Amino acid sequence: MPHSVSSPVSSAEHKYDEVLPDAPQTETTSDNGDTNAPDNAATGGVKLEDLFNDDDDDEEYPASSAPNTQNPNAMQTDAAPAPGPEVDTDTMLAFYQRLFPFRYLFQWLNHGIVPSPDFGNREFALTLQNDAYLRYQSYATADLFRKDILKMNPSRFEIGPVYNTNPRDRKTLRGGQLKPISKELVFDIDLTDYDDIRSCCTKANICGKCWAFVTMAIKVVDTALREDFGFEHILWVYSGRRGAHAWVCDPRARSLPDDRRRAIAGYLEVVRGGNSSGKRVNLKRPLHPHLARSLEILKSYFAQTTLVDQDTFLSAEQAQRLLALLPDKGLNESLRKKWESSPDRTSANKWADIDALAKTGKSSTLNPTTLRDAKQDIVLEYTYPRLDSEVSKKMIHLLKSPFVIHPGTGRVCVPIDPRKAEQFDPLSVPTVTQLLAEIDTWDAEHPSTNAGPEPADGEGSVADSDARGSRRMQDYEKTSLKPYIDYFRSFIAGLLKEERGGKRERNDDAGEPKSESMEF
Amino acid sequence: MIRQDFLRIDPKRRANLDHKKKQFAAPTFKQQDYPHRLNFYDVPPTEEITLEQFEQWAIDRLRVLAEIEACSYRNKSAAETEAHLTPLLQKYLPLSSNTSSSNGAADQRLKIERQKDHYSHFILRLAFSATEDLRRRFVRAETMLFRFRFQRDDTREKRAFIESLNLDWEPVEDDERQTLAEHLVGATPGLRRVDEEAWYKVDWERVPELVERRAVFLYKGKAYVPGREQLSMIIAEFTARLERALELTSRALPRLDEDDRLTPILNHLSKNFGSAESVYSEGEGFVDGAAITASNIDQLSQHFPLCMRSLHMNLRKNNHLKHYGRLQYTLFLKGIGLSLEECIVFWRQSFKGFTDDEFNSRYKYNIRHAYGDVGGDVNRRGRGYPPYSCQKILGDSNPGVGQTHGCPYRHYSVDNLIGLLQSTGVHDKEVLRGVREDVEKMRYHIACNRVFESTHKTEIKRVKEDGSWNQTDLDTIVHPNTYFKRSFLLKQTARAAKSS
Repeated sequence: MPHSVSSPVSSAEHKYDEVLPDAPQTETTSDNGDTNAPDNAATGGVKLEDLFNDDDDDEEYPASSAPNTQNPNAMQTDAAPAPGPEVDTDTMLAFYQRLFPFRYLFQWLNHGIVPSPDFGNREFALTLQNDAYLRYQSYATADLFRKDILKMNPSRFEIGPVYNTNPRDRKTLRGGQLKPISKELVFDIDLTDYDDIRSCCTKANICGKCWAFVTMAIKVVDTALREDFGFEHILWVYSGRRGAHAWVCDPRARSLPDDRRRAIAGYLEVVRGGNSSGKRVNLKRPLHPHLARSLEILKSYFAQTTLVDQDTFLSAEQAQRLLALLPDKGLNESLRKKWESSPDRTSANKWADIDALAKTGKSSTLNPTTLRDAKQDIVLEYTYPRLDSEVSKKMIHLLKSPFVIHPGTGRVCVPIDPRKAEQFDPLSVPTVTQLLAEIDTWDAEHPSTNAGPEPADGEGSVADSDARGSRRMQDYEKTSLKPYIDYFRSFIAGLLKEERGGKRERNDDAGEPKSESMEF
Repeated sequence: MIRQDFLRIDPKRRANLDHKKKQFAAPTFKQQDYPHRLNFYDVPPTEEITLEQFEQWAIDRLRVLAEIEACSYRNKSAAETEAHLTPLLQKYLPLSSNTSSSNGAADQRLKIERQKDHYSHFILRLAFSATEDLRRRFVRAETMLFRFRFQRDDTREKRAFIESLNLDWEPVEDDERQTLAEHLVGATPGLRRVDEEAWYKVDWERVPELVERRAVFLYKGKAYVPGREQLSMIIAEFTARLERALELTSRALPRLDEDDRLTPILNHLSKNFGSAESVYSEGEGFVDGAAITASNIDQLSQHFPLCMRSLHMNLRKNNHLKHYGRLQYTLFLKGIGLSLEECIVFWRQSFKGFTDDEFNSRYKYNIRHAYGDVGGDVNRRGRGYPPYSCQKILGDSNPGVGQTHGCPYRHYSVDNLIGLLQSTGVHDKEVLRGVREDVEKMRYHIACNRVFESTHKTEIKRVKEDGSWNQTDLDTIVHPNTYFKRSFLLKQTARAAKSS
């Protein structure tokens, strides 16, 4: 039986394989026309969502805590009502049935076409519509995975590590025998961590201006991971509301033990300490190559985002904080006087004042090198990525899967191409209602090609719909989700190519002959 | 299954004995001749020793390890640790270098020292491999001991020892070194010129310590390590090997089951080691007669140590605390004897901006989890987590933006710390100056205790004079709950004294 399931999958995959390498070029150049209406709806959703869900560390905590199991949420009954009006259960189900790329997600985690323990022993954690939380789910094949998701219709789900045995069997093992053996190295950037330096929005709200912080974070982290650590397969994913996740999928990264993960997190962490810690960036000179390079990347962002778009130092308190970071008392005094006399000076002017006043030589104690270093530290404090390092440090940490819907905004967690990170606009990411409408529009415009019944019957297997899809157009191709899925596909193709280096013979031999016998 | 694992050991290490062929032959083992002072403990000992030696050697080593742990636990500086350890090591576990004797490594005295070091290490392995927790502590203490000795080894012997380890380090060629010169200098603190050092290329995974501190140049997954950072690499290697070996030992341990000579000794040893860290036993922070309820936390908070006090102040200011702050504070409150029901009431009242539904769905579970009211079997049986000790709070990750957990002495900038102290009523210039100094030297315990002693000056004097408290009652505080209890009791006695 497993053969009959797996083989059509692999045959279809094989066809896609050939298409893959040139697929990704169509990217985020999204049509602005249809974003307006859902936008309004989405902002409404954001606020509502904000009520239930303020800090993400709370909801993610259970993942790394004690191994308590299914449905620990004893307060289910008095939990908040179902998430915002944006995504009702029917919409969610339709999304899973028609649009969610189960097959690609399977290939991505399976690192091959024939179902392997990489996928079978992988933990999934489902958040159901009533907010119950189901941990330790696992699926042998893409098909079973799809079936169960359709049955449970979760509001979202998270991906955990691969365990040494099937996590569903954990109760049959003696205590402590279930051990995680691999997971992608993950990073989490969240704009709430930037609240003290972004003036445009707070909490869960975002706009194009503050998204720039995420863009620069992606640039810096992506470059460091590639150049310093030599990782190549890094998938960046929009988290659906106000942040981004990175999944480093190289085999070498997946098998890192926790202490090595902690080392990377420490390497990338520069802004240290909370609100009371004073100066939060204190770097030794000469700068480490990683920081020198990051500074180069961030300089222009500082000039644009911090000084102009956010106008961070405009207010008196923020200007005061800036002064506290400068090293020379004499200089600070004269700056303070100047700014007090003209309170409306913009951040760019204030920043320029520092150098201008330093040149006039009013302060005798001023050391130009110290000032330059302090200015560099300030640039980093205001622009360097603020990662939630706890997420990266533990192999068992769960992270929301790509392509699920953010229940608050209704937006799909789509991948971001780091090479074109600047072009990514979170506010034009399609929402689930918009996507479903796009399918209807497309179907209305092309009635002839769409004669057959929808593959939306819950029982339709992945292979089934895929087989038909390879002849007919698949639903996602009718929507603005297509470029994102195409990018995901090309990403997987790159990953599989590397994986196949080791185990080519086995996989291909097992997969192909049978798939042909199925086709004809 | 266990037998198979055991048999899989490298054949060189096994007793060279074939049961079928030489049933009555005497076993011949690979003997060790200890050419170096240091030892990676790869080959287990095989010679016979007496039971007395077995126990005595193990106890001696254990003494040293416990002291090492205590030093790190009390946050002593490297110099203080050295001063403390050197006489102890000399007494219990001497280990001299080859140069200390005219015969070099052949000297009988050196051989005996090294044998004792070797055997005692392996005896303790048996004693401390049983549980994950013991293994972790043993590895940590042994690693510290190894590091301590390695740093004090003389250069030539150190090199000889390293060469004997056969680590595969790829040297960096001259021209590559020149092209990367700028980066190498930038990445290595305190280095002026690249050609001062011999450089090695290794996979970055082997030097996580350097990577975490950003003290090494990385390119495409390779770390460029200067010769003098060998220490870090060797320590990492030592730890990794020891962890692996302990894992194996733990699986072989059940085979000792029938033995009635060694097992009692081993059990005894591991129990003794257990006392060092768990200075806090359940219920220890409880104060008899104190009415501890949600409503008088505000009033009690004057007895809280600074970490909890700042959490409390933040909570009152923002009507909210982030997760780790809540956890640290909840466990502390649990430790002072606040019941689960009262604790839930306390948080409910403190989170003013939230409706009951929000509170119940988002926060209540975590509180109950901390008390062991919900969660897995292990959590319930252990009644949740124990209250955090100073060591735990100091060692945890730094608070991030908006987070409030941690120790103010360690995680605040000095100016903010002084400001916070003044806002809690510590104005004595002398004390504040002392705190500044302590914090600079990273002696956070001392700073906290200094503040305690100053704020309870008169009471401490009184109890010392009337002899109702002895010196152990006034030992250094290393747990926030001890701080509370002692502060509360001191004020209590003072009030009693006044009224009588």
